[in-house]
Amino acid sequence: MEGTAGPYDASVRVVMKALGAKLTDPPDWSCCGSTPAHAVDHTFAAALAARNLTIVEKMGCPTLTTPCPSCLSAFKKAHRRMARNKVFAQEVNSLLDAPYNCTVTAKSILQVIYEDMGLDEVARPVTTEIPDLKVAPYYGCILNRPPEVAGFDDPENPISMDRVLEAVGVKVVDFAFKVECCGAAFGVPKKETVTFLTAKVLEMALDAGANCIAVACPLCQQNLDLRQAQVNSGRGSTFDIPVLYFSQIMGLAYGYSPQELGIDKCIVRPERLIRSRAPIAQAPEERKTAEKKAAQGE
Amino acid sequence: MRVGVFICHCGNNIAGTVDVARVAEETRKIPGVVYATDYMYTCSEPGQDEIKETIKREGLNRVVVAACSPRMHELTFRRTVEKAGLNRYFFEMANIREHISWVGENKEANTNKAIEAVRMAVMKVMQDKALFSSSFKVNKRVLVIGGGVAGMQAALDCADGGLETVIVEKSPSVGGMMARLDKTFPTIDCSICILGPKMVDVAQHDLITLHAYSEIEDIKGYVGNYQVKVRKKATYVDWSKCTGCGECMTKCPGKNAYDHFNFGVAPTKAINIPFPQAIPKKAKIDPQFCRQFLKGKCGVCAKVCPTKAINYEMQDEIVTEDVGAIVVASGYGLIDQGLLPEYGGGRYPDVITGIQYERILNASGPTSGHIERPSDHTEPKTIVFVSCAGSRDKSVGIPYCSNFCCMYIAKQAILTKDHIPDSQSYVFYMDIRSTGKGYDEFTRRAQEEYGARYVRGRVSRIFPKGKKMVVRGADTLLGTQVEIEADLVVLATAVTASPGAAQLAEKLHISYDTDGFYVESHPKLRPVETNTAGVYLAGAAQGPKDIPASVGQGSAAAAKVLSLLSKEMLESDPAVARVNTNACVGCLKCVKTCPFQAIKEEELRGGKTVASVIETVCAGCGVCTSTCPCGAIQLQHFTDNQLLAEVNALCQM
Amino acid sequence: MDTINLTSSIDNGFIEQVRKESGEEPRACYQCGNCTAGCPYTPFFDYPVSQIMRLIQAGQRETVLNSRSIWLCATCETCTTRCPCQIDVAHIVDTCRNIAFREGRHREKEIKTFYESFLASVKKHGRLYEMGTLMRYNLISGHPFTDADLGPKVMAKGLIHLFPRNIKGKAEVARIYERYAKMRKNHGR
Repeated sequence: MEGTAGPYDASVRVVMKALGAKLTDPPDWSCCGSTPAHAVDHTFAAALAARNLTIVEKMGCPTLTTPCPSCLSAFKKAHRRMARNKVFAQEVNSLLDAPYNCTVTAKSILQVIYEDMGLDEVARPVTTEIPDLKVAPYYGCILNRPPEVAGFDDPENPISMDRVLEAVGVKVVDFAFKVECCGAAFGVPKKETVTFLTAKVLEMALDAGANCIAVACPLCQQNLDLRQAQVNSGRGSTFDIPVLYFSQIMGLAYGYSPQELGIDKCIVRPERLIRSRAPIAQAPEERKTAEKKAAQGE
Repeated sequence: MRVGVFICHCGNNIAGTVDVARVAEETRKIPGVVYATDYMYTCSEPGQDEIKETIKREGLNRVVVAACSPRMHELTFRRTVEKAGLNRYFFEMANIREHISWVGENKEANTNKAIEAVRMAVMKVMQDKALFSSSFKVNKRVLVIGGGVAGMQAALDCADGGLETVIVEKSPSVGGMMARLDKTFPTIDCSICILGPKMVDVAQHDLITLHAYSEIEDIKGYVGNYQVKVRKKATYVDWSKCTGCGECMTKCPGKNAYDHFNFGVAPTKAINIPFPQAIPKKAKIDPQFCRQFLKGKCGVCAKVCPTKAINYEMQDEIVTEDVGAIVVASGYGLIDQGLLPEYGGGRYPDVITGIQYERILNASGPTSGHIERPSDHTEPKTIVFVSCAGSRDKSVGIPYCSNFCCMYIAKQAILTKDHIPDSQSYVFYMDIRSTGKGYDEFTRRAQEEYGARYVRGRVSRIFPKGKKMVVRGADTLLGTQVEIEADLVVLATAVTASPGAAQLAEKLHISYDTDGFYVESHPKLRPVETNTAGVYLAGAAQGPKDIPASVGQGSAAAAKVLSLLSKEMLESDPAVARVNTNACVGCLKCVKTCPFQAIKEEELRGGKTVASVIETVCAGCGVCTSTCPCGAIQLQHFTDNQLLAEVNALCQM
Repeated sequence: MDTINLTSSIDNGFIEQVRKESGEEPRACYQCGNCTAGCPYTPFFDYPVSQIMRLIQAGQRETVLNSRSIWLCATCETCTTRCPCQIDVAHIVDTCRNIAFREGRHREKEIKTFYESFLASVKKHGRLYEMGTLMRYNLISGHPFTDADLGPKVMAKGLIHLFPRNIKGKAEVARIYERYAKMRKNHGR
C-alpha cells in the first residue's frame, strides 16, 4: 500500500516482523480496482483483482494477506465467483494474460494475527504500556461482511481487534458502532456523505468513553483522521480524536517509535495520549529474539 | 385364477392424460385376467357396487383397481372386496394417477406406463396370500405428555370419558406457557384465573395421576399396550410431606438461581416454588445453585421446614405406567436472543423478550406488575415492540411465522397503556396476522383506542445511546428509515420446537419436520394423529398455535383416544413380518436392524435359536426382509416372491 | 406520482436482466424494509433501497436506472448482511449501477467522474496515482477546488506522491481494460 495508506503499510510490516512473521510482497502487484471497478462491471473487477492472485499462484503461495478490507473483498469475491461459476471464470480469465486457478485464499492481516498467530503470540513482544489510551475498536463496514464472503469474526459484533488490543495491554471500550459505514470512497465526489457518517462514528466513540479510535482500513482512517477537520467545518463540531491503525497501537506497545510506525503522519495529533507510555518490567530481549528469527527467514 | 381389473377415469384426472379404454383392452390379454373394464369414479358408491356385483357375476377371486394412490382408497376397496366375500388381501391397487397421469403430459407415454403398472399389479395379486387379522386386548389407560393447556384439556376430556389418565410434566408445575401469561387476547382475561381451575381439576380428578417434574425415560410396546418408564426427577423435597408453605424459600440464602418460570427476569432462590398458583404447590431444589450441593455447607431449608420434608439424598425414581394410548402435548420453545446479534444478542438488559415482558406485566411476577426497565428499575415511557424477531427469517433458519406474536404484541401494547397512561408504544411489523374471532378488531383497538403507533417495516439494529436504546428501523409506507429512542425494547422472539422434542420423538417413533415440530398424519384431515398408531398430538408441539387452537386439539386428541379405547379388542394388521423357522439360522441380524425393536430372540424346543416377530409392534417397514441373508423372515403381503413378480412383469414387457 | 399502468409498464426484460446479471432473485424480497432500516445512505437516496427493490420487482427500468440511489450506494453490505430472505441486495444495486454505467447514464456525475478518473489512473500506471486522479477529477467535474484544504496537509506529511509510480506490468493491466472493452462490443453488453 502506498500514498495515503503508507502508514498502515509501514506499521503492519514493523509489527509482523516483531511477531516473527515473514511477509513477501507479490512482485509488481497492481491495483485491485476497489469500488470503482465493481461499480463498472464485475467481470472486469474480478480480472483486475485476479491478476494479483495469479502472481501469488506463480509464487506457489496458498495465502494472500492484505491490510485493506476493500482489496480483501475484491480478492475474495473474485475467487468465490470464479470458483463457483465456470462461465464467469472463463470470462474473467479471457481478460487476463495468465488464468487464475482458484488456489489462493485471501485473508486480512487482522485474521492472520488473530487466528494464525494467536493472542499469546500477540502478547509476547509487549514491552510498553500506554495508560492514557482508551480505544474504540472500529472495524469498518466490509472487513467482516457479508459473513459468507468474509468468513471471519462476527458480522455484527466482531471482537478480534478488541482482543488483540487487549492482549497488548490497551484499554478497549464497548463500542456500538463497530461496523457502521464511515462514508467509504465518497470523500472526493460526495463529501456530505462522509461528513455525515463519519461524524456519527466519532460521536459514538466519545459517548462510549473513548479518546482514540483504532481502525483496520485505510479509507476509514482517511475519513476519520484526514477528513476530521472537514467533518468539523461541515457540521460545526469540535472533534479532536486521534485515529490510529490497530497495527500502530500494537507497534507502540512493542516499544517502536511513532516515526517507525508512521504515527507522525497522523493529521489529528495523538501525542497527548501516547506521551505517557512507559516500559513494563523487562522483555526487550524477546523483541530482539523475534527480529533475529525473522531475519533468519522463519 | 380369475382376476378382475377396474381402471378408473377419476373424471378427467386420469382419463385426461391416459387412454383408459386401451389400458383395459391390453389388460384383458394377460393370462389370468378374466375381466377388465374402465369406470368413471370407482370409489363412488355405484362404483363399489359395480365391483361387488362383478365379483359375484364373474366369479372373480382376485381384484385390481387402477386408480389413485393406495393412500387414498386402498382401505375403501379392501372393505368392498371383503363385503363381496373375498379376503381383503386378494386386492391390489395400481397407482396410475399420482404416479402417471398427474406427472406426465404425453398421453401415449402415460398409457404405456399405465399398462405396465396394471400388469405389475396383476402379477402381484396372483401371488398374494390370504391374510387374517388377530385381535388383541387394549389397556384402557392413556398417557398425556405435557401439562400445558393442550395436555390438561386432553387429560380432562379422557378422564371425564372414564379413562385412567397419567400426565407427565417436565417442569415442577403444570400450566405450561399459559400459566406465565398475564392476560390473554382478545378478551384480556387474566390467564391464570381461567387456567387455574383446569389445573386444580387435573390435580383433583379421581382418574388423573400427575407426575410433575418428570420426564419420559423409555417407551416400549404398541398401540393398546405401551409400557412407559417415567423418570421422576429428584426434587430433594419429599412432596408427600411438603405443604407448600414457602418458609424454605424465604430463608434460603442462595439468591442467584436462574428462574425458569420467569425466564430469567430476576433471580430466584435455590429452593423454590415456581409461582404462587403452582400445582403441585411444592418446593424443589436446583442443585447447581444450592450451597448445600455446591459447597456442602448450608442446610437452612432443612432446619426451617416445619414438616422436615427436605432430603438432600433423594434420587431420581423410575416408575412404570402401562397405557393404551399416548397424547403428546409437549409444547414449544423460544429462540435465544443470541441468534439476533444486530439487536444486541442478549447483551443489553433493556432489550427483553415478549415472554419476559409478560412476566414483568404480571402482578404475581418478579416486579409485582410494575413495568420497570431491568437496567435501572425506572418506569419506561417509550416502549418499542419488534415483531418477527427471528420469525419469517431464512437467514436465522426460521422461515415460518410464529402464529401468535402479532396478537400478543397488540395485547402488551394495550396493557402497557393501562399500566402507564403517559407511555407511548411503537410496534414495528411486516404484516399483522390476526385471523381468529375478534382478533383483527383487537389489533385495531390497540392502534385506535390505545394509541399504539404501528410502523410498517423491520428493525435493522438496536444499540445503546446513553441510557436509552436506539431502535433503527424502516417505515416502508413512508419510504424512510426511522429511529426511535426507546426506554425499553420488547422482541417478539420466534417460536421453536420444545427443547428435547427430537429425543422424545425418537422414543415415541413419531416424525418431526425440518423445523422440529411433530408431523401429523395428514395436514388437512388428520391434524391430531401421527403415523404411529396410538400416538396423538395436541397443541404447539405440532406447530405454533394459540390457546383456543391448542385447547381444540387437546379435545380432538382425547376424542381419538376415547374412540380407540372404546373397544375391548383391537385388530392387528396382518401385513407384518413373519419368520419361517425352518429357514431361520438364528443370526439375529433382523433383531439388530429392526427400527421398532419388534423382533426378539426365541429358543425353539430342541434348542434352536430363531428370530420371532412381535406382530403387534411390527410396523411393516420391511427392513428385516432385506436384511435377512436367507430369506427366512418375510414381510407378509410384500414378500420377496410377490415383489419379484412385479419386477418380472415390468422387465418382461 | 403518476398512475403506473402495470399491464404495460412492467419491463420483464429488465427484471430478467437484473436476475441474470446479479444471480439474485428479485421475487424473494418480501419488502420488509430491513435493508432501508440499516442503510446508512438512506438520507441521501432519492429512493430508499427497499423501494429500489420494489421498483425492480415492478419492472420500472427507467426509474431505477435514472435514480440517484444506485450511484450513492457504497456497497457497505449492511443490507446484504441483514436481509432475512438472504438476498445479496448490495449486489443487485451494484448490478443496476453496472447497467447504468454501460448505458452511459450519469445521474450522479461527480461519482461517475471520480470512478472513471480512478480507473483511468490505474490503466495508465497499474496502480493508483492519487494526485493525478484528483487533478483529473477536479478538471472534469468542474469542481476545481475539491479537497484543496487537504492538499497542504498530505503534502507536508509526505502522504502523497507527487509523481506516479508505474509498475513494470502496467501494459498487462492496460490489456485487461482493452480486452474488456472488446468483450463489451462483442457481447453488446
